Amino acid sequence: MPRTLFDKIWDQHAITTNAAGHTLLYIDWLLFAESTFADFEVLRNDGYSVRRPAQLFGIADHYTPSHGTTLADAVDDERRNIITTLERNARRHGFEYLGLGDPRRGIQHLVGPEQGLAQPGVIVMCADSHTATQGALGALAFGIGGELTHAFATQTVWQRKPKQMRVTVDGKRGYGVTAKDVILTILAKVGAGGAVRHAIEYAGAVIRDMSVDERMTVCNMSIEMGARAGTVAPDDKTYAYVHGRPFAPAPEDWDTALAYWRTLTSDPDAVWDKEVTISGDQIVPMVTWGNSPENSLSIKDLVPTPADEPDAQRRLDMQRSLDYMDLKPGMPLTRIAIDQVFIGSCTNSRIHDLREAAAVLNGRKTVVPTLVVPGSMSVKREAEAEGLHRIFIEAGCTWGEPGCSMCVSLNGDTVAPGKRCASTSNRNFRGRQGPGSRTHLMSPPMAAAAAITGKLTDVRELI
Amino acid sequence: MEPFTELSAVAVPLAMDNIDTDQIIPARFMRRSSRDGKSAPFFFHDLRFDANGAEKPDCIFSRTEYRGARFVVGGRNYGCGSARMGAVYSHFDYGIRAVIAHSFGDVFYNNCLKNGIVAARVSADAIAQLHYTLSAVPGSKLTVDLVNQTVSDSAGNVHTFEIDGFAKQCLLEGLSDIDLTLRMEPDITAFEQRYYESMRWLHRHVNRTVK
Ligand code: SF4
Repeated sequence: MPRTLFDKIWDQHAITTNAAGHTLLYIDWLLFAESTFADFEVLRNDGYSVRRPAQLFGIADHYTPSHGTTLADAVDDERRNIITTLERNARRHGFEYLGLGDPRRGIQHLVGPEQGLAQPGVIVMCADSHTATQGALGALAFGIGGELTHAFATQTVWQRKPKQMRVTVDGKRGYGVTAKDVILTILAKVGAGGAVRHAIEYAGAVIRDMSVDERMTVCNMSIEMGARAGTVAPDDKTYAYVHGRPFAPAPEDWDTALAYWRTLTSDPDAVWDKEVTISGDQIVPMVTWGNSPENSLSIKDLVPTPADEPDAQRRLDMQRSLDYMDLKPGMPLTRIAIDQVFIGSCTNSRIHDLREAAAVLNGRKTVVPTLVVPGSMSVKREAEAEGLHRIFIEAGCTWGEPGCSMCVSLNGDTVAPGKRCASTSNRNFRGRQGPGSRTHLMSPPMAAAAAITGKLTDVRELI
Repeated sequence: MEPFTELSAVAVPLAMDNIDTDQIIPARFMRRSSRDGKSAPFFFHDLRFDANGAEKPDCIFSRTEYRGARFVVGGRNYGCGSARMGAVYSHFDYGIRAVIAHSFGDVFYNNCLKNGIVAARVSADAIAQLHYTLSAVPGSKLTVDLVNQTVSDSAGNVHTFEIDGFAKQCLLEGLSDIDLTLRMEPDITAFEQRYYESMRWLHRHVNRTVK
């Protein structure tokens, strides 16, 4: 029977399947952030212990400060406490802790690939919805929320096998079009609920042509369509990326691993429950206008008009979003003035993203407060070695310390009520960047362009 | 976990699609330990309360007819967005024992079932009818029967719902899934031996000493 990449990894990790159709899957690596304190409480209160501590990694990212490198820099005791709780749990249960000061630290979805934990064929799970990011390495990566205690105690998780969907992006990307524009275009087409209970494989020439960093941007937002996971089949770029990383196969194992990895592609006659094809040539720079990532449009478009929407429920949702975002139907998107810019998050804080943003900002000045936060210590070191930080600082940006920062605003970086932020993160939900905050999602170059002009801008006019 | 078999109670109709977990519990409340039974105030916090913490009178949850509700009836894609345990705990602490919707965010769905909340998937027609009845007679009760997988309203309409079979068993018996899995420990160990036999390159790393 022909199998997809997803099937192959799934089968390799299936321990058993029960009468209700759930499969017990083995987890290779389990990554998680500070927000897991409650799960450890449950573990302790209910009398369970961690089964395989060597396969667990606790990473401080959500509550870590952007303006300092030590615990003392955390904005208050409550945050400090949450961070130290993770450290305490690491000591208690014997797993690795990547805390403040650790040169490997960063947003967990960057750390997995950087450490070589995310590699073809493995199952990586995180207690976070954006785990799908790591599927870009040909791994099966999904977020588990409520199953975390179960995963700690058993190193397994019960899952119903999702349906399978292939998203093919053919052709070639145009000038000034980034991976973020590709995924925002896919989202607009598939919809916020369009991939619920599906695992997505991204394929096609545009995806193949992308760097591993860019593929991670695409996979990252799979969850925004409701998908369980997003993957890209491994290829030479993937193998080169993994090679030499701390958890990559040792030199004596490399050939064996590689031979196995080369089998990890979907068979040509594999069957998909859903197929979506997008022409890469048609993709243009995108921005979102509403409170769902599916509300994305070409920067050249106008704010939509609810009266034109035939579905009553959608009309109502659209009106609510416009009210919240304080936008008038029919106004050009390029006339929307912004108050601040955030360049960062697990969607867009890798070196590739920072290079793209820096190329636009080079020699120019920002007119609104702009926060640039590299996703990991490793990205930060690389960016500083290339001098990108100097470009940002000279343009008037703040150059922050690695972490989730303003993507979710748990570390003290927030967008004030009523303020409008051009953000490279993945969610524009109401209040996501702080109560009353208004978020427009876009790519790093588009966010950089907005920082220079103070309004949503087609970056192609600046490059 | 408290078993769930059948319950009749007040239901709140929320006629909106894509209710995300940031609306259910804004991220800023996630700093507090969430499984302490105290997250009821965070449940739909920004919908229910104004900037000064006062209850918004025009919010559906503020209406006397809906006080003490045990069910919520949503629309499409209920609980989408961040994987946030607090989203489920806040429902539970507020008193919600079943969420009825046409579809759910995946992670939220699973989290409900693992924490004693029935997540019932019904047809779009059923949602429309339930919203109609609940709005026509505010505060009227629904009966959720987990054994027979039905939701009945005060107008006598009976809708069947879909629920995951494994979760249904756990909910009915009030059993934890960890206990069930730990009974399979020998299978897991046997799997690991087999698996690492072929994945030698992973085995080296798994067997390292953790500093
Ligand atoms: S950067 Fe944002 S989306 Fe990514 S893990 Fe952090 S909070 Fe979640």
